[in-house]
Amino acid sequence: MSDITKQSLTELVENIKDKKLSSTEVTKAFIDRSEKSKELNAYITEDFTSASDKAKKFDQKPNLDLKLPGIPMAVKDLFCTKDVKTTAGSKILNDFVPTYESTVTENIWNEGAILLGKLNCDEFAMGSSNETSFFGNVQNPIDKNLVPGGSSGGSASAVAGQLTPITIGTDTGGSIRQPASFTGTVGLKPTYGSCSRYGIVAFASSLDQAGPMAQNVKDCALLQEVISTYDSKDSTSIDFKRNHYSKELTNNIKGKKIGIPKEYRVDGMPKEIEDLWQKGIQYVKDCGAETIDISLPHTSYALPTYYIVAPAEASSNLARYDGVKYGFRAKGENLIDMYEKTRSEGFGAEVQRRIMIGTYVLSSGYYDAYYLKAQKVRKLIKNDFDEAYKKVDAILTPSTPSSAFKIGEKTNDPVSMYLNDIFTVPVNLAGLPGISIPAGHDSKGYPLGLQIIGKAFDEQNILNIAYAMEEKIDFKNKITDWWIK
Amino acid sequence: MSKKNSEYLINREDNQYEVVIGLEVHAQVLSKSKLFSTSATKFGAEPNTQVSLVDAAFPGMLPVINEFCVQQAIKTGIGLNAKINKRSVFDRKNYFYADLPQGYQISQFKEPIVGEGKVILDMPEGQKEVGIERLHLEQDAGKSIHDLDPQNTFVDLNRSGVALMEIVSKPDLRSPDEVSAYIKKLRSIMRYLGTCDGNMQEGSLRADVNVSVRAKGSKEFGTRCEIKNVNSIKFMQMAIEYEANRQVDLIEEGKSIDQETRLFDTKKNETRSMRSKEDAHDYRYFPDPDLLPLEVSDEFINELKNNIPELPDDKKKRFIDEFKLSPYEATILVSDIDTAKYFEEVVAKMGKNKDMKLAVNWITGELFAVLNNKNLEISQSPVSAKNLAILVNLIKNGTISGKIAKTVFELMLDGDKDPQKIVEEKGLKQQSDPKAIEALIDKIINDNREKAIEYKQGKEKLFGFFVGQAMKASGGKANPQLINDILKKKLQ
Repeated sequence: MSDITKQSLTELVENIKDKKLSSTEVTKAFIDRSEKSKELNAYITEDFTSASDKAKKFDQKPNLDLKLPGIPMAVKDLFCTKDVKTTAGSKILNDFVPTYESTVTENIWNEGAILLGKLNCDEFAMGSSNETSFFGNVQNPIDKNLVPGGSSGGSASAVAGQLTPITIGTDTGGSIRQPASFTGTVGLKPTYGSCSRYGIVAFASSLDQAGPMAQNVKDCALLQEVISTYDSKDSTSIDFKRNHYSKELTNNIKGKKIGIPKEYRVDGMPKEIEDLWQKGIQYVKDCGAETIDISLPHTSYALPTYYIVAPAEASSNLARYDGVKYGFRAKGENLIDMYEKTRSEGFGAEVQRRIMIGTYVLSSGYYDAYYLKAQKVRKLIKNDFDEAYKKVDAILTPSTPSSAFKIGEKTNDPVSMYLNDIFTVPVNLAGLPGISIPAGHDSKGYPLGLQIIGKAFDEQNILNIAYAMEEKIDFKNKITDWWIK
Repeated sequence: MSKKNSEYLINREDNQYEVVIGLEVHAQVLSKSKLFSTSATKFGAEPNTQVSLVDAAFPGMLPVINEFCVQQAIKTGIGLNAKINKRSVFDRKNYFYADLPQGYQISQFKEPIVGEGKVILDMPEGQKEVGIERLHLEQDAGKSIHDLDPQNTFVDLNRSGVALMEIVSKPDLRSPDEVSAYIKKLRSIMRYLGTCDGNMQEGSLRADVNVSVRAKGSKEFGTRCEIKNVNSIKFMQMAIEYEANRQVDLIEEGKSIDQETRLFDTKKNETRSMRSKEDAHDYRYFPDPDLLPLEVSDEFINELKNNIPELPDDKKKRFIDEFKLSPYEATILVSDIDTAKYFEEVVAKMGKNKDMKLAVNWITGELFAVLNNKNLEISQSPVSAKNLAILVNLIKNGTISGKIAKTVFELMLDGDKDPQKIVEEKGLKQQSDPKAIEALIDKIINDNREKAIEYKQGKEKLFGFFVGQAMKASGGKANPQLINDILKKKLQ
């Protein structure tokens, strides 16, 4: 089979289970394509030799009862992987090799998958364009010099460019859904507490969630089924009854009530986004669901709230990168001097900006006005959703206020960069699940995504809605393999 | 001693000053593993051998609360007669230091696990109640070692993440003696509960001491200084003494006192400024998002309450009521749980016909003296409670005299020997046969006829001489009461 990398995860799993393909063949195909795709700069660390060995080993004694039998997979470089360098896209962790495995990746390997390598991302997942990575920009397979979104930019690029059949990202304010939207792929941010945070380099602990990024909804459901487990090593992990998301996946969403929040019609939103949304509304209706206008009155406060809460937590979470124990250390005259030089040289500009914002909002005298108030607003935002969910089963919005932009276009304007997350951030603040699916193209032919937001722990429902819509939308990603010479 | 006289005041020419002290005691929770990780907590292990990825703050590592430490804190709260908060919150206290791997300490700031309580002190002038403001759980930091290398500092993370209880008193203490009594009482309560071993040499118990002074009779508090991390009662007392006098001197000179953090230099016996209020850290406390608020149910608390052992105050009351001990004796016996245990075992082993006073005297007298001499804890006593009980019974039933008992006791020290056997083997049994003693006395009187006449003529002092001779002749074994009685009869 020559078009192995074009197959979806579901197809690959079937073909391996039916012994039509071996893990070695599949792994080789993705390694070959990855080798030819260096220009995308999707990988920070390649682990191809080891992947080939593991594939061979798998084929010698294949366990075909596993959910991801011999499937090669690259993962975002925010997940700690045992004996494989883990950088979080930062110079400060440039040489850091964990002796431990994150729970989410452990779950994946336990189901038979094989690590291909570690994918590029914004430094400490802080960014919406993958431009803050110490390891450079990532190219969007859609077009040259186009950002893939962020922070899971490498992951989105690798899935869209078929360098990996599927991947995982992390989403603190939109870091899975926005790059999915920019690359014409599917990305799910699960309910907070669904996937363990153990072994994931922390950005903002109360918002971070790992989630699948895939070519289609079914693949996404399958990976979610694998990665979502209760984990006693994460005190915020929640022990709830998890569905067999892929098995229970259905396109029957007749009678579902879908909320359309008026506050997401923001000023200056391009008409093509509005049109896409209207098309989305029509799609869900075509599927037999009902749409209901709803109000989420505190939506406009979500972005400022997020940019207080997330940096506050980050400023504290990143304090451990001090040059003392591991990672990059600059020489200093004394302890304080060493700290200052290590952190000035080790962190990039965006990370430093957020550490400073976070330090500021937690400072005595400012805490009440910023952090405490933000926490109160966060509660109001959550209440908005709780109220809405008395009337509806899910909410439909655009994923992003625009399509992908050019590399460098927004690097000097952090606020315009932050505005990218305007539709995704409220979901993290409320701890809810949200999925972005590709739903159309803009005038330039760039993909646009729609977001379905669910009730807490109701991943199955939004996956079903996404699955039904996917069928109606019949989206085709326009990828020309421009980077392959 | 009257109450007035015991007041601790600092006197200057025209003025008298009262000292106001509040303590923040850091007590290491007695637990096998750390507050948020499964690493061991044993004291004295090789550096960095009790460190997990969580303790060293590796990327992606998360804290998971050790439920046992929560139980220990609640038990301590119960022992301090304090309010147990069903909901408490862990916060991050942010600051940079080489032995603080996370860059923050997980502590409880706004919502501690234990609220207000009280402790009763037994002072010579009577009881004194000291208010407890709060008790909260927090992580200990690691240890920086500066003196192993001229260039580098070494860090030992064995302590990093060990659970501490910070017990904050109200500013109710008024003298170094009260501080001593307070620390001893806290330690006693925690040792009874098994929540802290109270070992100050190993750093299991240390305190920040807040000291201020005010004119005697004044209701306003003066400006306080905090003396950081004092690790012995003696040093606390010395530091308070020095600090209070320093503050009084400033006031007397018309100067003001700066609110600041100070260090006690044990070699120079003085406190030194460490940092002023202006230089105080901004710890940027905020709730730790890696941990959910800690919620405990009534059942959980009640279960712990029902299993609280008898605490020193109750035990003391029982010793007075049940064993008819004096308050003074009871206080001494209950102050340390092992002493109380020893005493109660002696009482149990003495059986029905017991002499409580005699037992108390032997424990607080001979036994304490030996322990003191040999620098031993009562739990390491060379004489078991069982054998001490036998010895006391031998005195009580007249088998041996108190004097012989001391000889027997000396012999018991070597290998916890059974006193009964010693008495038998060495033939130390008291001679209580009146006929034998009579014969012995007859002989003495016969040998000392002149003295007997002198005595009868009124030289009563000579009675002692005859007793001594009789004792000597019996090898110290004759029952002294019988000697007295018979001598009196014979010399009439």
